[in-house]
Amino acid sequence: MAIRVFLIVLLFLSFTNLTYSLYEDQVGLMDWHQKYIGKVKHAVFHTQKTGRKRVLVSTEENVVASLDLRHGEIFWRHVLGTNDVIDGLDIALGKYVITLSSDGSILRAWNLPDGQMVWESSLPGSKASKSILHIPKNLKADKDDLILVYGKGSLNAVSGVDGEVLWKKDFAGESIEVSHIIQSSDVIYVAGFADSSKISVYGLNAKNGELLENNHAALPFGTFGELLAVSGDMFVVLDEMRSKIVIVHLKNGEISYNQKHISDLTKDLAGQPVILPSRLPGMFALNTNSYVLLIKVTNQGELVLVDKVNNGAAVSDSLSISEDEHAFAFVHYGDNKIHLSVKNVNDWNHDLLKESIVIDHQRGKIDKIFVNNYVRTDRSHGFRALMVMEDHSLLLVQQGEIVWSREDGLASVVDVTTSELPVQKEGVSVAKVEQNLFEWLKGHMLKLKGTLMIASPDDLAAIQALRLRSSEKSKMTRDHNGFRKLLIVLTRAGKVFALHTGDGRVVWSILLPSLRKSEACENPVGLHIYQWQVPHHHALDENPSVLVVGQCGPSLSTPAVLSFIDAYTGMELKSLSPAHTAAQVIPLPYTDSTEQRLHLIIDDKQHAYLYPRTPEAIDILKHEFSNVYWYSVDADNGVIRGHALKSNCIQEAVDEYCFDFRDLWSVVFPSESEKIIATMTRKSNEVVHTQAKVMTDYDVMYKYISKNLLFVANAAPKAAGEIGTVIPEEAWLVIYILDTVTGRILHRMTHHGCQGPVHAVFSENWVVYHYFNLRAHRYEMSVVEIYDQSRADNKDVWRFVLGKHNLTSPVSSYSRPEVIAKSQSYFFTHSVKAIEVTSTAKGITSKQLLIGTIGDQVLALDKRFLDPRRTVNPSQAEKEDGIIPLTDSLPIISQSYITHALKVEGLRGIVTVPAKLESTSLVFAYGVDLFFTQIAPSRTYDSLTEDFSYALLLLTIVALVAAIFVTWVLSERKDLQDKWR
Amino acid sequence: MSSLRFFILSLTLSLCFAFQSDELLLDDDEFGLEGGNQQPPRSDPHFPSPSTPAPRKRFTESSSSDSKIQFSLHHAFGDSDFSDAGNFSARLKTWSHGGQTLTKLRFSRNPLTEEEQKKFQELLQTDDFYRIRLPSNVLSPPGRDYIISSVKARCLPGEGLEEHFVIHTEGVNILAVNYGAPGACPYPRQLKRPARWSFKSHTILKNSEQAPRTPIFAEDVLGGEEGEGELVKPVERSFWAKYWMYLIPLGLIVMNAITQAMNMAEEQVGGQGGAPGQQQPGSAGQRGSNAGVRRR
Repeated sequence: MAIRVFLIVLLFLSFTNLTYSLYEDQVGLMDWHQKYIGKVKHAVFHTQKTGRKRVLVSTEENVVASLDLRHGEIFWRHVLGTNDVIDGLDIALGKYVITLSSDGSILRAWNLPDGQMVWESSLPGSKASKSILHIPKNLKADKDDLILVYGKGSLNAVSGVDGEVLWKKDFAGESIEVSHIIQSSDVIYVAGFADSSKISVYGLNAKNGELLENNHAALPFGTFGELLAVSGDMFVVLDEMRSKIVIVHLKNGEISYNQKHISDLTKDLAGQPVILPSRLPGMFALNTNSYVLLIKVTNQGELVLVDKVNNGAAVSDSLSISEDEHAFAFVHYGDNKIHLSVKNVNDWNHDLLKESIVIDHQRGKIDKIFVNNYVRTDRSHGFRALMVMEDHSLLLVQQGEIVWSREDGLASVVDVTTSELPVQKEGVSVAKVEQNLFEWLKGHMLKLKGTLMIASPDDLAAIQALRLRSSEKSKMTRDHNGFRKLLIVLTRAGKVFALHTGDGRVVWSILLPSLRKSEACENPVGLHIYQWQVPHHHALDENPSVLVVGQCGPSLSTPAVLSFIDAYTGMELKSLSPAHTAAQVIPLPYTDSTEQRLHLIIDDKQHAYLYPRTPEAIDILKHEFSNVYWYSVDADNGVIRGHALKSNCIQEAVDEYCFDFRDLWSVVFPSESEKIIATMTRKSNEVVHTQAKVMTDYDVMYKYISKNLLFVANAAPKAAGEIGTVIPEEAWLVIYILDTVTGRILHRMTHHGCQGPVHAVFSENWVVYHYFNLRAHRYEMSVVEIYDQSRADNKDVWRFVLGKHNLTSPVSSYSRPEVIAKSQSYFFTHSVKAIEVTSTAKGITSKQLLIGTIGDQVLALDKRFLDPRRTVNPSQAEKEDGIIPLTDSLPIISQSYITHALKVEGLRGIVTVPAKLESTSLVFAYGVDLFFTQIAPSRTYDSLTEDFSYALLLLTIVALVAAIFVTWVLSERKDLQDKWR
Repeated sequence: MSSLRFFILSLTLSLCFAFQSDELLLDDDEFGLEGGNQQPPRSDPHFPSPSTPAPRKRFTESSSSDSKIQFSLHHAFGDSDFSDAGNFSARLKTWSHGGQTLTKLRFSRNPLTEEEQKKFQELLQTDDFYRIRLPSNVLSPPGRDYIISSVKARCLPGEGLEEHFVIHTEGVNILAVNYGAPGACPYPRQLKRPARWSFKSHTILKNSEQAPRTPIFAEDVLGGEEGEGELVKPVERSFWAKYWMYLIPLGLIVMNAITQAMNMAEEQVGGQGGAPGQQQPGSAGQRGSNAGVRRR
């Protein structure tokens, strides 16, 4: 009864409030937004002119950005699409930033001060090739500054002013891998290898691209790696055995070469040498396993070893500091410090700069370094260095100090989980309370002033500041409402960060040692992060921990890496590098006595491994042995299989934590007509409040709620590609809802003329999915709701009274399901990057879909818009039930963007976490940017708002009490007077 | 006894090609009656084996042709190898437009041998899986792979052994088979031995349904875009619902006024009665009302 009243109240509340929105002054109260750029690939400094000093960067997240060199803030940035990889970045004409992207086929110019795009040229080509952006100095064709671009097998000369292609020379027919563009007065030389042993050089007229000369030279051996330019006409390359250095000399198009054994330069050669791609005039750096050799190339083509750097890390490109003086920087490690040296290329004995910097070892090694010079107050040369670290963070170092740092690893979040904060310990001092009380009163007085509109502008500013900084929300302890949590994110660099939900600050971070490059593990990648241990019984003295699962390399056949991290301190508790792979990780619904969750890791050889590896875990699993089921999707072959545990592994080494499993069922989709493009399951921790759904005619429907449901979307194989490549008759979309224990198909439906990409979300008994309708030329969203008919008889009150209902009987997947599915489709304007659904603690609050739109915003759409029961003219009863009249398209209400005015650039995923307060759900959206907010789909019906003025309430009560007394006294007095009369 | 045979019929569906949708919907309805949801209560153990299929006349294209095909069902006990268990026979209808559909599925199960009975007993003891498999393509079995399905053996025994197949097809391909007991199989599963060692089989063929079309309101295309206008004014509320917060205090005031007025009138009546005793009749009304109020 209470629930019904509650539901009615809820309904009433939600009815009045179809949209969620906030006022301007509420921005930033509960939400935070962080802007990142990703791991820097190229950096170009722009410091010549007076005014704002900046550095232009392009990153692996396809961002081109201009950063303030003083503080590291972003002046402007543009996020190009995921397929638009930036290959080159430079400055032209002193005012344009030129970027070359999409394999050298798109050239763009951005205005340097404000980042507006000035022009864009597309340079089509037929052949995939390396792309080179070369902006020659003082090269003009018809008074036009030239930009030379090699990409897609052709060389293009583009006007720097308007992006017009002035001339084009196609090398697609010439079987040459162009690696260098050399410019000498009016002739442009294009050099490269055809095979690995034949060098070709083409001379072109800079004015019109006319072919002037063409030379070839065959080397008597193959080469390894890329040609590196040492000076204008000298190149070095390693031979294929990596034992000799080949110096190639191009003089006016003539090719000559000589070679030298590396062992002649240094005696103790170990490992495979590699030429570092740093461009230094007359020099190059050779990296062997243990040290970096700096080798000078004389004008005669002789090699001289000038220095040998132990523990070498990175070498920058050179930069010219005066007419013919060139400086470059290199770093090496030693006694927990990083030593940065800047040297003059020509004068080796003299250091221009030598500094030691202490860098947090959680940042790892230095990946790249870029140097820039400035004139010191004493007119000498000063240098600053921009360092890209192993964890993808960016540091600016000047005068031996870190001037600023950016945590750009957070631009590439791979997976997210959450953790509760520590419970607040007892023992708060009285003084603190008193001070707090005073602060509290002061704050409320300010708010009261605001409410009564007597606050001055200063007061208003103070109020806003107070609200924003509210110390409550960034405390490091658990709060009553469960708003404060730790977001634990795993980034692509293998670093794990804990972010506080209150203000988004980094509480701790750890660069996982097990996910760093090592002998055993060449290219480790982090895959997933799971909650490993969530203590409830010992919440005061035990810390929760998380499990990070990774693998050594991109393919599934590389061994797994497991790491366990304390969620409060960020310490790695232990790490395992098992021999098996991790094709699938299944958190089981069982925990052991220390509340560690049992996990099954499935490898690619049909074995399942149990973690934690304790006898207790084995006992628990033995007990539930026959109740563990899982499924695997083989999207390439179009097969879905169901599995169950069978017995211990039969192999030579006895491992009692290893199990064999068997296939229980399989679904084989016909390969000629269907291809799996999306699968989705319910979240394992989702809470459903009630199974019954009361219809408008007081009928009851029972939701079919099973944890083992899988949504599968299959497209026609022809239509699996981009939208627009097939005609509607060739495209169809088949959706399935499967039971993953028995493999039964509960619902199956075909959408003709539709195709992917499909984004789906599964919750309770419904699934919502988004796809493209080719016939209607629009995106559509469909909903399927599944109802259980086997419980449909439990409508009669008498059955309940007499106990003749079957509601308490356990549900078994082996019973034949009697379900009906209701579905409906609606048009939806946007294309979608991600869909999520809000989740609350008890599942009572109505749900909202969170849609990550193509514009990188998050839209909250009430689930009631996606209700299959919507009709054109709902009856009065249906209206009261909250059924919205049927429309063909879903509304996009601008107030319901939960990201309000912000954009989560490069949006990739949305995570929702329930707060303890039933009405509220925490939302974290990640991409290049991070965004966090709290949303209340049915408003905060169970608490007063943050800015509720308690002081006003108190004041009102006091005033009322006073008024009562005053009137009482007055009336008494009057009475007396009357009586005396 | 052992030669008992069960001929089970089944209903058929045609492929859902877009231009045939009307016919398909009809089929769906009929199909739903027999195979799907509106089934008679399954608590009835004597599930009537529908031996007489509703003879439906299909006025289909004259060029459609039928051919008979057979494919076999294999079964396995626990982790044993698969062996023959029975045969499905069906008619393959080839449509004029090139599509092929399976219709009129019949199933004949081989009787369980002594050995198989023994194995089944074992399964019942250990609560293990009874597994079946079907080819994924009926024309060239096994097709790409076998379709496997399994059920806990303890779910099957009823009167005899009862099983229920829902075979999901797409043309000549079999996608999946929903296999299990025709009724419920509540957990924990009780060990129950079948009275007869013969299978009572129910089979159903199932094809894909077509998704409901998106409703299209030509005139509402614009209205749909600006959903806000529609949302801003929710359902028209009654006068009372809108203004109750004003009406209630108003009512209270009115009531208060009425009682006061009544009191006044009473007082005046009383006052008039007692007027001779009053020295100042001019102010009697007012003071009287005061007194009246006080008395209250």
